[in-house]
Amino acid sequence: MAIFLTESSKVIVQGMTGSEGQKHTTRMLASGTTVVGGVNPRKAGTSVDFSTDGGTVSVPVFGSVKEAVAETGADVSVIFVPPAHTKGAVLEAVDAGVPLVVIITEGVPVADTAEFFSYAQSKGVRLIGPNCPGLISPGKSNVGIIPADISGPGKIGLVSKSGTLTYQMMYELRDFGFSTAIGIGGDPIIGTTHIDALEAFEADPETAAIVMIGEIGGDAEERAAAFIQANVTKPVVGYVAGFTAPEGKTMGHAGAIVSGSSGTAQAKKEALEAAGVRVGKTPSETAELMRSILSA
Amino acid sequence: MDLFEYQARDMFEKHGVPVLGGIVATTPEEARAAAEQLGGGTVVVKAQVKTGGRGKAGGVKLAHSPDEAAEKAGQILGMDIKGHTVHRVMIAAGAKIAEEFYFSLLLDRAERRYLAMASVEGGVEIEQLAVERPEALARVAVDPQVGIDDAKAREIAQTAGFPEEILDAVADVFVKLWDVYANEDATLVEVNPLVRTEDGAIVALDGKVTLDENAEFRHTDHSELEDAQAADPLEARAKEKGLNYVKLDGEVGIIGNGAGLVMSTLDVVAYAGEERGGVKPANFLDIGGGASAEVMANGLDIILSDPQVKSVFVNVFGGITACDAVANGIVQALQILGDHATKPLVVRLDGNNVVEGRAILESAAHPLVTLVDTMDGAAAKAAELANA
Repeated sequence: MAIFLTESSKVIVQGMTGSEGQKHTTRMLASGTTVVGGVNPRKAGTSVDFSTDGGTVSVPVFGSVKEAVAETGADVSVIFVPPAHTKGAVLEAVDAGVPLVVIITEGVPVADTAEFFSYAQSKGVRLIGPNCPGLISPGKSNVGIIPADISGPGKIGLVSKSGTLTYQMMYELRDFGFSTAIGIGGDPIIGTTHIDALEAFEADPETAAIVMIGEIGGDAEERAAAFIQANVTKPVVGYVAGFTAPEGKTMGHAGAIVSGSSGTAQAKKEALEAAGVRVGKTPSETAELMRSILSA
Repeated sequence: MDLFEYQARDMFEKHGVPVLGGIVATTPEEARAAAEQLGGGTVVVKAQVKTGGRGKAGGVKLAHSPDEAAEKAGQILGMDIKGHTVHRVMIAAGAKIAEEFYFSLLLDRAERRYLAMASVEGGVEIEQLAVERPEALARVAVDPQVGIDDAKAREIAQTAGFPEEILDAVADVFVKLWDVYANEDATLVEVNPLVRTEDGAIVALDGKVTLDENAEFRHTDHSELEDAQAADPLEARAKEKGLNYVKLDGEVGIIGNGAGLVMSTLDVVAYAGEERGGVKPANFLDIGGGASAEVMANGLDIILSDPQVKSVFVNVFGGITACDAVANGIVQALQILGDHATKPLVVRLDGNNVVEGRAILESAAHPLVTLVDTMDGAAAKAAELANA
């Protein structure tokens, strides 16, 4: 099962012919993802060869997402285009009827995200990101930039705002493995929230326990805590980054900022603990908490 | 990026929001000239600081003549308001206020759209009003695809209970404030107070604007609004080199890849420091996914320029850029820096090609570098070295 992404997912890459797009398409193919096409109106009708362990794979380039979907039946699009073109790329994917759009691009103006999120929501399309590493259902499919060789398949579901903390946690728990690990991104507005992922993990029979990683800014973790209390029966462990972040300073992610008393790590930790989530003080301690749950 | 009041005022004026005359001054002489330019009558001298509560702190004074404006400016300039030094004042034309209102437009992160808030009880601490009398603060959702058109503006004004006779005028100002929000890529536009003057005009008397730095590529004029005076010199240098650096007050320099991992590193170092003389992280520095030797050298250079730093913790998880590449980056960075590298470095590598990465650092055997296997262990070591 896994969530959002399975072995039958057919993926197109918007921005495949660019340098980042090419690099990561190679990696996605190497980790078993079914990449069925790329999109670039100026290179429509051509194809790009990618060399993987299993030999050379030739991926066709289409002039539009609509065309790519019609030809290939793609049901996932991953976006690697620059910030100035991201809104157009997302709107095109939504209009083409792609049900899942993963936006890796960092630095998208929040007004653009607000606008394309609102549009995608009205069309029933799920967005993940922007400014996220994507998601991986190990052994099945990998969409985005998460290194496929950190961990194999298993029973843990992982949802995180941060890319490298996703990798760190997958590494710490690699002997258990993951159903799906999803990086939802650290921007103020994101397409898929902690709650969306928690809900999907709760419903996924292959997921036995959930790790949730949050960070300062906003109140997504507090709302996730309330959701867990009301709706999640599987064990959840949590980690929150940014206890020592000063007020008013953006810590790398556009959304990671403590303003006044809101958005602090302490408040998030307390909310999660009140909902019965065991919260680790460090990533390693959090991994230990999960380890003890799964070994019990 | 937060704007000063005078910058917000100018931006409002550009988009047709009614404002009073206002001129920024950095000396008493400039303040006198500004007051003369505004007609020589009564003006308000307002400290320009990016924090609230300046009125209570004595940062807003009335002046009845240009001479008095100069005198009051002299008192306010150089003042410290909640840790912010006043470098500028705005000389603002006086107004006869009949009523004070409140308006703001901001991101609603939870609902993933915009939120307009308005109240007919303006001029007060709005956070306090929201807690004590939430019914007095109207909250109206704004669809990002539509924005605030005439109908939405009237809805906001009506929900907040604005009197019928000024509804049209207020709604018109709300639409123009939306123009500021949308056309300038703001994430916050706040007017407190929005006033009705005795002669019936609706005027934005004070403004707060936050701009989205991600949108700078389509607003080349926004870089001029940056407050170079306030920027930490190390932060300014880091920005020039394209590094994501935040100066903090501590002794352990931090370099890591990925915002979340670096935030986490700061926490782990602070915990370790609690038992080691109270040392703290000295900075946030995210060198991103592709940690090349050059980026590593630039990052180390900035951190070693901080005189407070006594040790450095390099915390990298090898993802796409595997640990061997990162280790080579560290070795080459130390060669580039040469004698400039003087502080001990604790390095923790994990992830892809970790064995190769550690082997590279071990065989380089740089006298300043200590390798530690775990993040928690490395944080303890770095804190210990900073406390030595």
